[in-house]
Amino acid sequence: MAETLLVLAMLGVAICACVFRDLLSAVIASAVVSLIAAVLFFCLHAPDVAMAEASIGAALTTALFVIAIRKTTRFEEEEK
Amino acid sequence: MSILQANIYYIGSVGLMLVGLYIILAKRNLIKVIIGLSFFETGINLLLISIGYVRGGTAPIFSNPDVKAEGMVDPTPQALVLTAIVIGVAVLALALSLAVRLYEHYGTLDLRKVRELKW
Amino acid sequence: MRGLIAVIVLAVLAAGLAFCLAEIPFGRDIGDVGGRYVEQGVQETGAANVVTSVVVGYRGFDTLGEVTVLFIAAMGLGAVLYGRRPSGGRREKPSLILSTGCRFLFPLIMVFGAYVFIHGHLTPGGGFQGGVIAASAFLLMYLGCGGKRIHRATLGAVESLAGLAFVIAGLAGLAVGGYFLMNVLPKGTVNQLFSAGIIPVIYIAIGLKVGSELAGIVENLLEVTE
Repeated sequence: MAETLLVLAMLGVAICACVFRDLLSAVIASAVVSLIAAVLFFCLHAPDVAMAEASIGAALTTALFVIAIRKTTRFEEEEK
Repeated sequence: MSILQANIYYIGSVGLMLVGLYIILAKRNLIKVIIGLSFFETGINLLLISIGYVRGGTAPIFSNPDVKAEGMVDPTPQALVLTAIVIGVAVLALALSLAVRLYEHYGTLDLRKVRELKW
Repeated sequence: MRGLIAVIVLAVLAAGLAFCLAEIPFGRDIGDVGGRYVEQGVQETGAANVVTSVVVGYRGFDTLGEVTVLFIAAMGLGAVLYGRRPSGGRREKPSLILSTGCRFLFPLIMVFGAYVFIHGHLTPGGGFQGGVIAASAFLLMYLGCGGKRIHRATLGAVESLAGLAFVIAGLAGLAVGGYFLMNVLPKGTVNQLFSAGIIPVIYIAIGLKVGSELAGIVENLLEVTE
């Protein structure tokens, strides 16, 4: 039951990251997806992979994205 | 309903892969596309680990001498996915550096305005 | 138009994946290869963590390839962003909490990262996880300690020497008369720190290499944006 809720939350946040216009919010949503994926890895009895996904996905990837966004634009362009 | 709940990991990982692939195909901003690439890789890693799951198993670590060898989950996909996660972050770093360089050259990150990358 | 074609492609892919995954019931029994690794892993390599013995022992050559791919990506990033001057000094000073916390937390996070990659063969963890934790300590230092930088040459030297140590550990097996990456150190007893032969040596080398490499990547990307 807990895994079902976690998976549905992960899919919901992933769709939010697709819809958001502000790129910083989309990057935070991708960090939440990585965090929920790390918890799911732990539920599947894979602690090494959960540690790797938590540290790489939630910390390092988010930092790299924020540094790249700071150099380029922050908002996605409007659809014509 | 119970078939949904029994295979929830498969549904979740395939769903995440499809969301990532939709972002790669249909979005115009390059940073959004790279976020979609990251979702796609996370979905694939989740699928691989969920295939290696053994019902009622434990983590494959012999922490004290009376841990039995039967009933452990498969360690081979875990080793594969460990490699895949590290290579995923390497690809992401290189893609972001190319995005930064592209923005410096063209002044925009919109893929329709960048001439050589029209779909 | 573009969205419609994307949805059609996704529907075809989803149908194909559903057909394939219907043949694989969730939670089936362990296969032959995994069963052998779990049953004979402790006896053949001496490491208590079976995933570590698979990554470094049974499939050690693939780990060498992975370290090479990470190195190529770092080199590519350095080549793409080459030759930029750090533009001006227009940075905000970090707040008091951040600078105090950074000075306090940086050695603690480094020690934790070192603990994770030294005990990779006993507990969950290993070279890659510990290296990334150490790199996030460097990230905290770049953000919070206001202008301090690790000397670029030191990072490059640590990375190169650690990578070389991995290859030399493999060549030691070849020099003794066996195969590349053969276990030349004694296996010891399980669950001790000095056990599992060559595995802790390789994981320490990988941890140092990954940590310094990712710190170099972050510094390279940060230097452009200042």
